[in-house]
Amino acid sequence: MSTASVANHDAAHDHHDHEHHDNFVTKYIFSQDHKMIAKQYLVTGMFWALIGGFLSILFRLQLGFPDMDMSFLRPILGGWIDETGKLDPTFYLALVTMHGTIMVFFVLTAGLSGTFSNFLIPLQIGARDMASGFMNMLSYWLFFLSGVIMFISLFLKTGPAAGGWVVYPPLSALEQAIPGSGLGMTLWLVAMTLFIASSLMGGINYITTVINLRTKGMSFSKLPLTIWAFFLTAVIGLLSFPVLFAAALLLVFDRSFGTSFYLSDIYIGGEALPNTGGSPVLYQHLFWFLGHPEVYIVLLPALGITSEVISTNSRKPIFGYKAMIISLLGITVLSFVVWAHHMFVSGMNPFLGSIFMFLTLIIAIPSAVKVFNYLTTLWRGNLIFTPAMLFSIGLVSFFISGGLTGIFLGNSAIDIQLHDTYFVVAHFHLVMGAASFFGMVAGVYHWFPKMFGRMMDAKLGYIHFWLSFVGVYLVFFPMHYIGIAGFPRRYYSWTSFEFANMYTDLNMFVSVAAIITFAAQFIFLFNFFYSMYKGRKATLNPWRSNTLEWSTPLVPGHGNWPGEIPTVYRWPYDYSKPGAEEDFIMQTVPLSATPESNLPHEQEMVKLELEIMKEEEDVMASNATSH
Amino acid sequence: MEKELKYVDMVEQPIAMHPKKFGLWLFLVTIVMIFAGLTSAYIVRQSEGNWLEYDLPSIFWFSSAIVIISSIFLQYAYSSAKKDNLMGLRIGITLAVLFGLGFLVSQWYSWVALVDENVFFVGNPSGSFLYVFTGLHAVHLISGVIFLIIVLISTYRYKVHSKSLDTLEMATTFWHFLAALWLYLFMFLLLNH
Repeated sequence: MSTASVANHDAAHDHHDHEHHDNFVTKYIFSQDHKMIAKQYLVTGMFWALIGGFLSILFRLQLGFPDMDMSFLRPILGGWIDETGKLDPTFYLALVTMHGTIMVFFVLTAGLSGTFSNFLIPLQIGARDMASGFMNMLSYWLFFLSGVIMFISLFLKTGPAAGGWVVYPPLSALEQAIPGSGLGMTLWLVAMTLFIASSLMGGINYITTVINLRTKGMSFSKLPLTIWAFFLTAVIGLLSFPVLFAAALLLVFDRSFGTSFYLSDIYIGGEALPNTGGSPVLYQHLFWFLGHPEVYIVLLPALGITSEVISTNSRKPIFGYKAMIISLLGITVLSFVVWAHHMFVSGMNPFLGSIFMFLTLIIAIPSAVKVFNYLTTLWRGNLIFTPAMLFSIGLVSFFISGGLTGIFLGNSAIDIQLHDTYFVVAHFHLVMGAASFFGMVAGVYHWFPKMFGRMMDAKLGYIHFWLSFVGVYLVFFPMHYIGIAGFPRRYYSWTSFEFANMYTDLNMFVSVAAIITFAAQFIFLFNFFYSMYKGRKATLNPWRSNTLEWSTPLVPGHGNWPGEIPTVYRWPYDYSKPGAEEDFIMQTVPLSATPESNLPHEQEMVKLELEIMKEEEDVMASNATSH
Repeated sequence: MEKELKYVDMVEQPIAMHPKKFGLWLFLVTIVMIFAGLTSAYIVRQSEGNWLEYDLPSIFWFSSAIVIISSIFLQYAYSSAKKDNLMGLRIGITLAVLFGLGFLVSQWYSWVALVDENVFFVGNPSGSFLYVFTGLHAVHLISGVIFLIIVLISTYRYKVHSKSLDTLEMATTFWHFLAALWLYLFMFLLLNH
């Protein structure tokens, strides 16, 4: 009897959740509802994407038009434009640094994982909310605070951090090195510490929720690939962000307390610094132990979203569901053993280099499996080209073209020539930058109806897609040639090099393409905010999709499902099943309800399923009478 | 009938573990990664040479003993709570806290011993690393002490007993973890010195 009363108590508690009323502050600001937190992450991510994109336009202007008079930017940049209308060279370094930091961490980590892990994990696994709503809220507000500090650093007199997004010491450790290594760097470190804390809180929540709060029947072999991707992303973050914290901590001690973890034998203005015995390569090891997994923290959620969107809009089961999971696992494991391929030219032992080269090239295998499975899912499907679908296909395209150049860069010998050139810039912008960005945008188009109960405008979506897709290639494809020609990254100008003259046009072309691509994002912004209020009302399951989130009310309240949480009976990819009435069968439909489409082994499972359902009904009935 | 009700328990709660306890374990993983990062950094840096050799403060043996005793007291508190022995619970936690504070004092004297040896925080990384290891561990231990004091206060509100052990259990896990972490660091330093 005691068990029955416990079960009843739980039900009563769940019920209580729905009657709970929020005021403005607890609903929109200090919300503990995972859906609201997801929207907060999304809007904050979009804000940072605008800032990050704008910074890139500024340095593209400098690169494409080195002789341009930039006086018109003085209202924004003030003293960073000198009397002759030229951009300040140290500020140029700050621009590339902040562009990288903002895009990698604030947009593609927090904006992507924060939005979709928060939004989709409880909805797709059938949970009322995250394991700890409070910690989830704290995670967002730490991220927000981190953003505020980073934002303030943009307006410092000495400028924000300028040592590159990797902030290698000694450049970042010594205030005398560049203006950006002063207060700007301090604020960078403070902001990143808060960001790490925020990511870890989020990650702990995602993992706990996926493992402990799945609904009845939702086994790991029935999880949508989105959840697999978010789950493994959180695992990667949990293991790698603490190491970045360790690296940053030692850097803080070197900067502010006079220790010599990374500093040794440095002369400034003929004067020797007291620091001896440090090793700058040590920082690189620690940094890239996070830095490389970070690439997959950025990419995996986008790949997960793509799996879901491509399968739904091809009206076909995802090809190789298990192979997809194994590839994700493979990428997760491999991501931790390849970090030194960022350091081939740091003077490391060439033998060690060849080991890391070998491990790096192995990553091509799970990546290729994923690409193959996307293409075979698309193959002969009943393709529906929604904007989300187009962006997902765009992601696959970038993943292929950017991934191929990774094979070159992963070779320690070829890397000597290509290291720190625009070839690298082109590679990672395609494979992780643009690909993840497209995954994120695809996710917004696809789940907008669930977020706001309205549809985004498809026509504007198509225009946005084609301008972005063509634009991204026009920006980054020429960079391969510029890189092979030997243009190093992070250089303010090449006008003093003879060989650079013949590439002036190409750089100009890239800059114009970048401006057009950036401008195209405003179409998306307009579409987003306009559709939020004025968009066409969505139906309950607009994409005719299988996963659990589409079984909630149009705008789900806190707790997601008004009654009981639905039970899951099948995997999420029963699209176009032969014999079925419709071309999709939701996860909540029992096998016993679809005898016409069951495969022989599923027919076997029907018996078991019926038995379990009968027992449950008995229990319900006995509970009701005992109550 | 009784059998069927057991079944309800099984399907209604697919939760493998208390979510907060699980979250705590994940938090411990992050701490492990921080120290794994730092201790590997120590090895990598040590292998590059120019490494100051000095004697480890012998007081570390003493702090290790204290931290183990503290853990034993907390384990005693936990088993008392299981038996609803409120007095034993309070005494156990109090002693664990006192020995925890004793550990912190002992760690402080290890720093004094290092300074006496002319090993400073600023200087060769060999010494700086030791300060970082002990300091960062102490910061975590202080958070553990605060956690224990919160649990101690809640025992006076009769919130910790054999039917409500979750918080105490989490505090115990964290405290044992911190003791084990210190023992790992000490062993590591003994072996790589």
